Formats: sequence, C-alpha cells, structure tokens
Amino acid sequence: MSDKTLHIQGVTRSFGDMLALQPVDLTVAPGEFVAVLGPSGCGKSTLLRIVAGLDRPTAGTVALDATPVTGPGPERGMVFQSYTLFPWLTVEQNIRFGLREAGRPEAEQREIAARFIARTGLTGFENHWPKQLSGGMQQRCALARALANDPEMLLLDEPFGALDHQTRELMQELLLEIWEADRKTVLFVTHDIDEAVFLASRVLVISARPGRIKAEVPVPLPYPRDWTVKTSPEFAALKARLMADIREEVRRSAEA
Amino acid sequence: MTPLAPVSRAARLLLGIGFFVVFVAAWAAITYGGMVPPLFLASPGATLVAGWSLFTEFNFIGDIAITVFRVVCGFLIAAAIAVPVGLAMGAFKSVEAFLEPFVSFARYLPASAFIPLLILWAGVDEAQKLAVIFIGSVFQIIIMVAVIAAATRRDLVEAASTLGARSWGVVFRVIIPSAAPQVAETLRLVLGWAWTYVIVAELIGAQSGIGHMIMDSQRLLDTGQMIFGIVMIGLIGLVTDVLVKALNRRLFPWAVI
Repeated sequence: MSDKTLHIQGVTRSFGDMLALQPVDLTVAPGEFVAVLGPSGCGKSTLLRIVAGLDRPTAGTVALDATPVTGPGPERGMVFQSYTLFPWLTVEQNIRFGLREAGRPEAEQREIAARFIARTGLTGFENHWPKQLSGGMQQRCALARALANDPEMLLLDEPFGALDHQTRELMQELLLEIWEADRKTVLFVTHDIDEAVFLASRVLVISARPGRIKAEVPVPLPYPRDWTVKTSPEFAALKARLMADIREEVRRSAEA
Repeated sequence: MTPLAPVSRAARLLLGIGFFVVFVAAWAAITYGGMVPPLFLASPGATLVAGWSLFTEFNFIGDIAITVFRVVCGFLIAAAIAVPVGLAMGAFKSVEAFLEPFVSFARYLPASAFIPLLILWAGVDEAQKLAVIFIGSVFQIIIMVAVIAAATRRDLVEAASTLGARSWGVVFRVIIPSAAPQVAETLRLVLGWAWTYVIVAELIGAQSGIGHMIMDSQRLLDTGQMIFGIVMIGLIGLVTDVLVKALNRRLFPWAVI
C-alpha cells in the first residue's frame, strides 16, 4: 500500500520553440489509479516521463510528499510501451535487477522474484530469455520487475499498446487484480478509452498539443471490477462522455 | 532463386565447399594446362609437395607457432587496452570528445609505415612485431567499440535507471552486457586484420615466422613454398574464425537469433 502523495505543480515542457505541455497541476492521492487519456502526441507521455524523472520540466515541480523529483528512482517504477526487458538476463534475473542494484541479499532477491513470477503467471518461464517470450509475457515480466522494487507508485506508459486486443484485456485484468490487492498509486497513460474507464478510479483527459488537463472524470464503478463491468450502462455512459471529449481533441490534433 | 529465402544447412555447406573446388580446378587448369610457367605459379600438386618439404625439412611448424604467437599476443594486448577505452568513449561523451579526434586520426596511420621506426625503437625482435600488430589493431577496435557502446538502446538505459541503477550500474549492467556480443564480433573481424599486419612485419627484418619463410622462398624462387605459406595463413584464419564464431554463440546465447 502506497502512503505518499504525488504533487505536480505548474509543470510545463517545451522542446525548443514548441510547447508540448501547458502548465499542469495535479495531485494524486496514495493508492489512487489515475488514467491519463489523450490523443497521440498530446504530451501525456511527456508528463509521465517528467514524473519518472526521465525528462525535466521546463518549469514547475514534481514531488512525492515533500521530496522533489530530480531524477529517476526505484520508488517510481515504470513500465514502457516498448519491450524493455534486458535481453541478456533471464526472466528471473530481469525481475531481480532492481533488488540487486539496491544491494539486497541474494536469498531475498530470489524469494521476492519467485513471488512476482507467481503473481504475474510466469511460473515455468524463470530461466527463459526475453526473446523466447510473447509480447504479453514480456510486459508481465516488465510489470513484475517494476513491482519487485516495492515502489511507491507505478508509472505505466501505454504498457499494453503493442499487444493484440485479447492479450491486452487479459493484461488489464491482471493489472487490476494486482492493484486491488496492493493499492499502489498508479499513473497510467493510454489513448484507449475502454482501458482507462475499466482500470482507473479517475480519468484525466489531455487536450491536443500543447497538452493540458481538459477534463477530470471520476469513475464511480466499484472495485473489485471484472470484465462484465464493460457491458454495464454506467460504463457505457462514461465511455460516451469521454469519447465526445477525445474525438474533439483528436480532430484538433489532426488539424494542427 | 527467391530473394532472401534461406537455404538448408547441407546446401550451404555444399555450396561453400563447391567454390573451393571450382577455385582449385581453375588453378589446376591454368598450371597443368601450361598457360603459365611453373616459376610464376606452382601447380596444386607442386604446392602440396613444397608444403610437405616445409614441414619435414624446414620446421614450418615452428614458423607457424611463432607467427600465431605474435598475432595472438599483439592482438590481445591491443584488445585489452582498446575495449575498455572504447567502452568509456561510448558511455561518456566527455571521454569521447577528448579521444575521438585523435583516434580518428591515428587509425588512418598505416601500421606498415611504422615498421622502419619501430625497428629503430625496438630492434627486430618480438617487441617490434607485436608493436606493428598493436598499432594496426588498437585504434580500429577503439573506434568500433565506441560506436557499439554509444548505440546502446536508450529505453534499456531508462528502464535501468527507473529500477534504481545509477551511472556505474548503467555502465556495468546495461551498456557493457548489451555491447558484448557485437564487441566480440568486432574482435573477430580485427583479428583477421592482425594477420595481415604480422605478415608485413615478418617480411621485413625477421628471422622466423610464416612471412619470413615466404621471403626466403622468394630468394630461392620457390613459388610452391610461397603459395603454400599464403594458403596456410588462409586456413589458419578460417579455422580461427569458425572457432571464435562458435565461442561467441556459446557466450551469448541470448543474442543468437
């Protein structure tokens, strides 16, 4: 369970003359699941990368409780859209990467890795190389690798974006199951409306570039959720509302 | 023949041997057919006879051993220095800015042009031979390793840093392991070049080695021995190449497609 609050204050980012992100203010409470929804190229990934410490804001600050974010760190675990398992490490060694970096004893590393291998359904694949895994398994391993560090928050940058539809839905359910059990703060970037509504307790709609928070939509569907919620009228209503928001932004970014 | 379509292992082996057969057949045709005088080009049979006498009468094994020793030593010394320097250049832009201009200049200096100087500095014994190979290899390895290390996937570096890796963690646990298979391939390539440098070094001021034997044979106008010496170098190169390739596959199973 996370217990730190993420504070984003007046964060902007420009690349040369181009403004990518207008001032963003956002507070994410411990244990919240926030989806950042927007058309491609709207700056939502830039925002996530700033929170991760992989990119620096042009202005504004990011802090976890009172500690300002100045660079990447293991307390903010990240899963990328591209497959970023280390190809020279086995599944088990990939999951132990952060623990080893933190200098934890080997027995403890193995014990923690075994736990997350089981939770992400990778049992039997401990000694496989990443190239031997399907895309879905690679992303499960990447999730296990981030979780093994016991981070304060998880930053997910369209982690299922490269997967086929069926695999993607299974991955969403797995992520939801893990979140419902651990209640880690999640910031989840996506352009998929269904995904955002199904997973998140709050959806932020980002406008076309330069990105800003255009709307903030709470998702009152109760947890634990399962796939049947996707056919409920509440789900449909939320989806319709977000679709209207997003369509307008997609059109604007296509015209820009 | 379909473009880019794979061929079976057996076909590949057969085709590979096939060209050697074609090559030797052409060689036999022009020599036995009397198209060139034997003084210019010995026939395959005469070359084999000359090779036999090299081994039985002239201790050719000793020449081969000393040449292999020179190649391996000179190359290993060069690699031991060049690989770390190249990795440092690839990983740290300030090191690159410091060394890259000089290395780019130095790698165009022909190793053979140093031989007269090196004889002056180091005499005609082993140190001079190793120095030629060293100069010929070290700058090439540095540049190629630096390029490989600099091309490390950025997303892997970023993933490592979000997992808590700091500068040295990124260098030792991402940049080096990710570069390793290509560095091994580079070393295999440069080892081939090292063979050309050793022979050049042995052609001038040497008392032993395959290159020295070839020079001696020229004085005696024994083209059979000369050709046998050249073919021997090719064979040693081929065998080393196969062995190093197999070693690389064993060392880096994760990189094999």
